[in-house]
Amino acid sequence: MPPKYQGVDFYNVDGLLSEEERAVRDTVRGWVDDHLMPIIGDAYVAGKFPRQLIPGMAELGLFGANLPEEYGCAGLNNVAYGLIMQELERGDSGVRSFASVQGALVMYPIYAFGSDDQKMKWLPPMAGGTVIGCFGLTEPDYGSNPAGMITVAKETKDGWTLNGAKMWITNGSTAQVAIIWAKIGAKDDQNSIRGFLVPTDTKGFSAKDQKGKLSLRASDTSELVLQDVHLPKDALLPKSAGLKSPLMCLTQARYGISWGAVGAAMACYDEAVSYAKNLIMFGKPIGGFQLQQARLAEMLTEITKAQLLCLQLGRLKDAGTMTPQQVSLAKRNNVSMATDIAREARRLLGANGILAEYQAMRHLANLESVYTYEGTHDVHTLVLGQEITGLSAFE
Amino acid sequence: MSAILAVCEQRGGALRKVSHEVVTGARRLADALAGNVEALVLGSGAVAGSDQLGKFGADTVVTLTNVAFAAYAPEGFAQAIADRVRAGAYAAVLFPASATGKDLAPRVAARLGTGLAADVTDLAVEGGAIVAVRPIYAGKALLKVKLTGAPAVISLRPNVFTAVERPKAGAAQTVASSVAAGRVVVKEIKAAPAGALDVGEAPIVISGGRGLKEPANFKLLEDLAKAFGGRAAVGASRAVVDAGWRAHADQVGQTGKTVSPTLYIAVGISGAIQHLAGMRTSKVIVAINKDKDAPIFKVADYGIVGDLFEIVPALTDAVKKIHG
Amino acid sequence: MKIAVCIKRVPDSETRVKIAADGKSLDEAGVKFILNPYDEFAVEEALRRKDAAGAGEVVVIALGGAAAQETMRTALAMGADRGVLLQTDAVPADGFETATALAAELKDKGWDLILCGKVAIDDSSHQVGPMLAELLGLPCVTAVAKLTINGATGVAEREIEGGVEVVEFPIPAVITADKGLNEPRYPALKGIMAAKKKPLEVRPITLGAGVIQILALTPPPERKEGRIVGEGAAAVPELVRALREEAKVL
Repeated sequence: MPPKYQGVDFYNVDGLLSEEERAVRDTVRGWVDDHLMPIIGDAYVAGKFPRQLIPGMAELGLFGANLPEEYGCAGLNNVAYGLIMQELERGDSGVRSFASVQGALVMYPIYAFGSDDQKMKWLPPMAGGTVIGCFGLTEPDYGSNPAGMITVAKETKDGWTLNGAKMWITNGSTAQVAIIWAKIGAKDDQNSIRGFLVPTDTKGFSAKDQKGKLSLRASDTSELVLQDVHLPKDALLPKSAGLKSPLMCLTQARYGISWGAVGAAMACYDEAVSYAKNLIMFGKPIGGFQLQQARLAEMLTEITKAQLLCLQLGRLKDAGTMTPQQVSLAKRNNVSMATDIAREARRLLGANGILAEYQAMRHLANLESVYTYEGTHDVHTLVLGQEITGLSAFE
Repeated sequence: MSAILAVCEQRGGALRKVSHEVVTGARRLADALAGNVEALVLGSGAVAGSDQLGKFGADTVVTLTNVAFAAYAPEGFAQAIADRVRAGAYAAVLFPASATGKDLAPRVAARLGTGLAADVTDLAVEGGAIVAVRPIYAGKALLKVKLTGAPAVISLRPNVFTAVERPKAGAAQTVASSVAAGRVVVKEIKAAPAGALDVGEAPIVISGGRGLKEPANFKLLEDLAKAFGGRAAVGASRAVVDAGWRAHADQVGQTGKTVSPTLYIAVGISGAIQHLAGMRTSKVIVAINKDKDAPIFKVADYGIVGDLFEIVPALTDAVKKIHG
Repeated sequence: MKIAVCIKRVPDSETRVKIAADGKSLDEAGVKFILNPYDEFAVEEALRRKDAAGAGEVVVIALGGAAAQETMRTALAMGADRGVLLQTDAVPADGFETATALAAELKDKGWDLILCGKVAIDDSSHQVGPMLAELLGLPCVTAVAKLTINGATGVAEREIEGGVEVVEFPIPAVITADKGLNEPRYPALKGIMAAKKKPLEVRPITLGAGVIQILALTPPPERKEGRIVGEGAAAVPELVRALREEAKVL
C-alpha cells in the first residue's frame, strides 16, 4: 500500500491560500483517497463510470461549487473551485470531467442564461446529484468549429422542434437533462445559436454510449440524436444569445481543467518519486541515477510553475477581470505539461508502469482526451496568437 | 525507605499475567531506590495466582476485598487505590497499560491530583529521580521524562517488562475495603471465541494482509498459529480489517493495537508506516511477501520472497515437527 | 442535547519526525497538522446525538496555540455550533494540567455529554478524558466503540483483551471515543463556508508546569539490518534454522 498522498508544494503555494481554500482542498483530497482511489483502477479497466460516487460527491457539495448558496450550492470562490477540480483529477480525469460537465457546462449555463423558474427548478436537484446533466455542443462534423453546427431548432406554434446530432458528450447516457445548442436562424448564422433545456426522456431524444475508447474509460461519452424533439416554449434558455453563450460555458470548464491537469501531474509525479526512492536496481534506488533525477526535476519544475499560474488565474477570476485568452494560456500549458509528466512518469515506472494498479498510464491515456477536448492545444495556440498579434490564423 | 505500589490486574478471580510484568517493573525501581514492592490485588475474595507474586519480587501482597470488586469497577477501584496510596508513603504507583489499566491509571492519578506517565517502555532511576521512556508519534520517537510527582504514577506497556523472577517474601495481607462500587458498572464481558489469544499479549503474532487474497485464506495463518502450540495469535493489517475480513480487535497498527511479541510474522503485508508503528518493537520480525521491494523487508530480521500459499504451509509443517 | 467535545490539533501520522534543535521537541517545519483522528469520532458522535435529539448545541473546546483555530474550524465545518480555544503556546507534557484547564472551562455548564477522543496520536497518553471526568466528578467510560443512550442511562461497549466489556453508566457522563464508534463525516464545502461565521472564542490561559518533565526526544533505536533468507518454500528450512540458532525464538 503506498503512503498517504501528501500533495506537491515546493514553493509553499499553500501559504498563499486562505484557510477555507486549504480546508476545501483537504476535504476533497481526503474523499478522493477514501472513495475514488480504491476503485478507479478497476473502473477504468472495466470502462465504467463509478456512478455510486455521485451521492457522496453531491453531499460534499462538489457540483456547481462556485454557484450561489440560494440554489443549494456551496458558494465557494473560484480558487476553491479550482482546487476541487485539481483534487478530483488527481484521482481521474474522467471523474473530474463528470463534475466539470455538471457544474460548469450545465449548472452554469442555467444559472447564467436561464429564467428564475428554470434556475429554481434545475439547480437545486443538480447540486444534490439527483439530476445529472450533459452539454450538447460538439457535433460529428463540428468539433473545433462549433459555429458551423447544423443542429437546428424550429419555432412552432407551441414551442420548438429540434433536429440534429451531437457527439463526444460526457454524461450523455446518464443525464436526465441535456443543454442542447442549436441554431434558430439560418445555417450559417452563429448569432442564432441558442441553448435549450431538453429532458432526456423527451420523445425523439436518444443517447448511445460511444464504445472502444482507450481514454477517459471511467466516464460515459455518448452520441446524442435529436429527431423531431418537440419542446415547450420555456425550454429555451432566454438569455442565451449566439455562439458566445456556449463559449462562456467553455471558458468556465477550461478554467477548471487548467487546475485539474495540475492535479493529474501531481499524482503522476508523487507516484514516480515514491517508486524512484524504493525500487533498487544496480545496487541502489533508481532515484539515485542521473537520468531519473532529471525526469523528476523537470516534473517538479513544471508542476510548480503551473500551480502559480492557476492560483493567479483564480484570483483574476475572483476579481472579475479574467479573460478567455488568459484561460487559454493556462489550459494549453497545464494540459500539455501534464501529458509530458504522465508519459515520463510512466517510463520511470518501467514495466510496472503499464499496469492499471499504477496511475501513470491511466492518467497518460486520459490526458490525451483532455489535450483534445475543451479546445484542442492547437486551437488555444491560435487564440493566443490572435490575442498577441490581432491577426486571426484560424482560416 | 521507598515503597513502590504495583497494581495488579485480575479477571474472573484469577490474576492476569501482565501483573508479573508490573511487579517486575516495580522491583526494578525498588532495587534502585532501596525500597519495597507492595503488590496490590483487588477482588471480591482471594485471587488465584496472588501467592505467586513474591516470585517476581513482591515483598508484600495486599488483597483489597470488596463484594463490588468481583469485576472491574472503575470508580470503586480508583477510590480504593487512591485511598491506599494516600494512607501510605509510596514513591511510585505502577499499573499495566492494558485496556483496563489505561482506564484506571488516569483516574487514580487525577484523584491524587498528579500526572501519569502512560505506556512506558523503560523505567530507571537517575540522580535519585524516576525517569521513564515512552514512545510517541506512533513510535517514531522516544520521549524521556523525569517524574517529579510524589508518588510518580506510571503505566507499563504490556509485553515489554518481561517478567523476571527475583523471589521476595511475598507476605500476604488481606484488607477489607468498604468503598462503593461507583456509578460505572461493568455488566458483562462478551468473550472472544474460546482459546483465542489476544494479539496484544501473545508471545508470537502472525499477521496477514491483503496478500492473502480472501478471508477464507486466513485459515493458513490459523493453522500456523496452532502449530506453535497455543502461544500464537493471528493479527491483521488495517486493510483486511477495513474490508471486514477480520475483527478490529486483531488489527495491528496505529489505529489498532501496538504489539511487542517475541516473534512477529508478517504474511502478505506490504509494510505501510501505520502498520510498522504497531509492531516495530517486536523482538524478531519475519516477513513473507511476493514483492521483494515491499517496505516490510526493511524492518524484518528475516524474510522470504515468494508465494505465501506455498511458504506458509511449509513453515507450518516445519514448526509442527519442532513442537511435535 | 448540550454536548462538549474536547479536541486537539496534532501532527499528521504520516509526518516524518524530525527532532528540533533543543533535543526535546518536534521540528515543525513542513509538518501537516490535523484534527486528532480519535477526536473526529467524538465530534461525529456529538453531531449525531444532537441531530437525533432535534435540538441542542455542540461546543468544541481545544487547548493549544493560535494555529489551533484552523483545526477548530474543521470541527465547526463538520457542524459544531461554536468553539472555545484556551490559548497557550506552552502545552505541558503533563496531561493532568491539560485536564485541569479543560475542567475549569467545562465546570458547572450543564453538559449532557462530554466527548473526547480516547487518545491523541502525538503523545499517545490515553489520559485527558478520564482525568477530566474525575475533576468534574462525572462518570466516565473510555475507549468506547459502541454507545447507546436511553434517557438517564447509557450503555457502552469497549474492547478489552479477549473480548468486549459492556458497561452501564448514568448521564451526564464523559465518554472517550474509539475507532468503530461511527464513520466521521467529511466537512462539506458548505460547512467550510459556514464555519467562518460561527463563534470561536479565544481565551489566553496559563497552565502549571506539571510533574512530568521532558528530558529528551530521540529517534527509536535502529533495528539491525535483516536479510532475505531465500525464495519460496525452499527457504523455509533456512528460516527455521535461523530462528532457532541465531534469533533463538523457536
